Amino acid sequence: MDAHLLFAILLLAPLVGFLINGCNFKSHNALLAGSIATAAAAISFICSLLLVGQLVSLPENARIIQTTFFNWIPVGDLNVTAGLVVDQISAIMILVITGVGSLIHLFSVGYMSHDARPAKYFAYLNLFLFNMLILVLGNNLLMTFVGWEGVGLCSYLLIGFWFTDPAKAAAGMKAFVTNRIGDAGFLIGIFLLFTTFNTLNYADLAARLPATPEIGLMGPIALACLCLFIGACGKSAQIPLYVWLPDAMAGPTPVSALIHAATMVTAGVYLIVRMSAVFMLAPAVLHIVAWVGAATVVFAASMGICQWDIKKILAYSTVSQLGYMFLACGVGAFHAAMFHLMTHAFFKALMFLGSGSVIHGMHEEQDVRKMGGLKKYMPITYITFTLGWLAIIGIPPFAGFFSKDEILWQAFSSPLGNKGLWALGAVGAAMTAFYMTRLMAWTFWGKPRFGHDVHPHESPLSMTIPLMVLGLLSVIGGWIGIPHVISEVLPFHPGNGLEEWLHPAIAHLEIPHLEGGEGLEWMMMGVSVAIAAISALFAYDTYIRVPKRAEMLAKAAGPIYPLVANKYYVDEIYFKLIINPLVDLGKRLWFYIDINVIDKATYLASDLVNGLASFVRTIQNGKMQQYALYMALGLVLMMTFVLVGS
Amino acid sequence: MPSTEVFLKIGLNHYLFLSAILFSFGMIAVLMRKNVIVMLMGIELMLNAVNLSFIAFAKELGNLNGQIMVFFVMTIAAAEAGVGLALAVSVYKKYKELNIRSFEQLRG
Repeated sequence: MDAHLLFAILLLAPLVGFLINGCNFKSHNALLAGSIATAAAAISFICSLLLVGQLVSLPENARIIQTTFFNWIPVGDLNVTAGLVVDQISAIMILVITGVGSLIHLFSVGYMSHDARPAKYFAYLNLFLFNMLILVLGNNLLMTFVGWEGVGLCSYLLIGFWFTDPAKAAAGMKAFVTNRIGDAGFLIGIFLLFTTFNTLNYADLAARLPATPEIGLMGPIALACLCLFIGACGKSAQIPLYVWLPDAMAGPTPVSALIHAATMVTAGVYLIVRMSAVFMLAPAVLHIVAWVGAATVVFAASMGICQWDIKKILAYSTVSQLGYMFLACGVGAFHAAMFHLMTHAFFKALMFLGSGSVIHGMHEEQDVRKMGGLKKYMPITYITFTLGWLAIIGIPPFAGFFSKDEILWQAFSSPLGNKGLWALGAVGAAMTAFYMTRLMAWTFWGKPRFGHDVHPHESPLSMTIPLMVLGLLSVIGGWIGIPHVISEVLPFHPGNGLEEWLHPAIAHLEIPHLEGGEGLEWMMMGVSVAIAAISALFAYDTYIRVPKRAEMLAKAAGPIYPLVANKYYVDEIYFKLIINPLVDLGKRLWFYIDINVIDKATYLASDLVNGLASFVRTIQNGKMQQYALYMALGLVLMMTFVLVGS
Repeated sequence: MPSTEVFLKIGLNHYLFLSAILFSFGMIAVLMRKNVIVMLMGIELMLNAVNLSFIAFAKELGNLNGQIMVFFVMTIAAAEAGVGLALAVSVYKKYKELNIRSFEQLRG
């Protein structure tokens, strides 16, 4: 089929779904609305498959399909087209977005079956898909920005979907406002790139890049990259703008799976990978990216250890895993970032949907302390969740092992990486294994801790099918990126297909050959698996066999435990240092400037007009004789003027 | 005959002066009095003051245009007096007085 038409259907199917459900938003028919939305997502997925199929059939160094719909902004030097492009990077993105998206739409049909406004929910979900596709398919920064803002809007709408609860509405607002900070950075980055290179088109930009990297942080490219990174931090929940993501769990659980785990939050990573050639010219910024990512890995993982809300644990885990992707970008291993983005989309969407299934089965209970022993009641959810658990803690041959290990190895061996970054990543891996095992222990293992009036039940088929598909992907998803050292000992030598696939589309470092590199890589692999396994076993031991030890550990940690359990008081610090002073400043401005100066000035103006008018009004009193007098006086005046003037 | 000499000395200015005085009286009557009949009389006075200056100019300039204009003014004055008096009569029937204030009550 014609690529132009494919692009159009791919993009417009979710939009049409949004319009159908949006026009009918008061409908209570969850099955109908869900079917329309799921069909729209599935059509998009089929189009993505066809497009990627066409892409694969092209020769390796010319794998790019693009189309232009119309000339969007032709102003002077700025010439922006509404053009779409599929290359190796966006191919992975659209497959993940529409594929995982379709599964999550399907899951939502069951999950939202008892909701009061299902049509509205599915309309928002489809609108999100549409915007996300614009984000990843746009052939210039401005198109990406349009999608970027669109997904932000949908995120806000869906987090606050149950807006009658003030806390949930506030969570939506928090996400929106925090993202605005990042978006401002993104926008400034776009401006800087435009003033530097005079184009916003990715292809033109790549052609106009200088050959030598910039030194320091003050050059135009470095500043632009820094601003883009701030934007990515906002969207992808990195330090210091991560605070919105845990609160975003107020939305329906499939939303958390789709937007706040699999797709939207990875937009920042996508942006950096897309701009990899530009970022490579600013090594100082890459260094910041790496350290921010590594710090986020550990920081978020440590907070995940002390959470009790099943979704909050997964939320901090997401922040932490996104940190790995940024770490990979920062050390120049963009293919590893894309790899982890993809596998993370599989296993984290799986775990969020699994938690949704648990919440659904437990009648909206999210506190893991009131669960336990669920493996007996929800076997399919349990088995699929276990696959996700094995994937995220990095047990071979599950998907997470290959991607996380690639990142850790690159952090260690890349010219931009160092042992400190690797150590942070390894500590993060240990923490990940710990809190995920803890989650498994509290939720599925052990004895039931819920009351006799709660009867957990397995979810319907529409919810378990996506779980099974994602479970399968969590197992085999990593096999497309098997590192060379493993590939050589396997039969058929599968090779690192993903790296080869991405190779023409992203920037590369000149990697010096390490002496004994292979042995080292095997060793690092063993170390990271051992760390994860020991940590997981320790957590199992702590929470299942010696339940008292957790309390003892918490006590032994002294003041650290409450610090971590209260999320390092980051929200409180933000309130004290930034939000409250700003609100205070706003109140003062309102009182002293707005009321006392601006309002008074306008009152003065209106009083003047009023006074003048009340004088002029007396002239028009309806008394005929006075009118005649005015006429006479006017006549006299005019005659005087004529006589004196002449 | 000394008395005729006085008339010979009467020129345009005298006529205009008289006309102005009459006009002013008429106007004062229109502006100051409340009685509709008196106001109509004032209007007649003003019109005739104007007529006087027309005639004076016609005589002075030896041009008949001014006199022709006077006929028009007189015709209109008659029509105006007819309408005005009719209004005055109907207002009197309604309010039993001829105060100009009565007309203010007619507004929609």
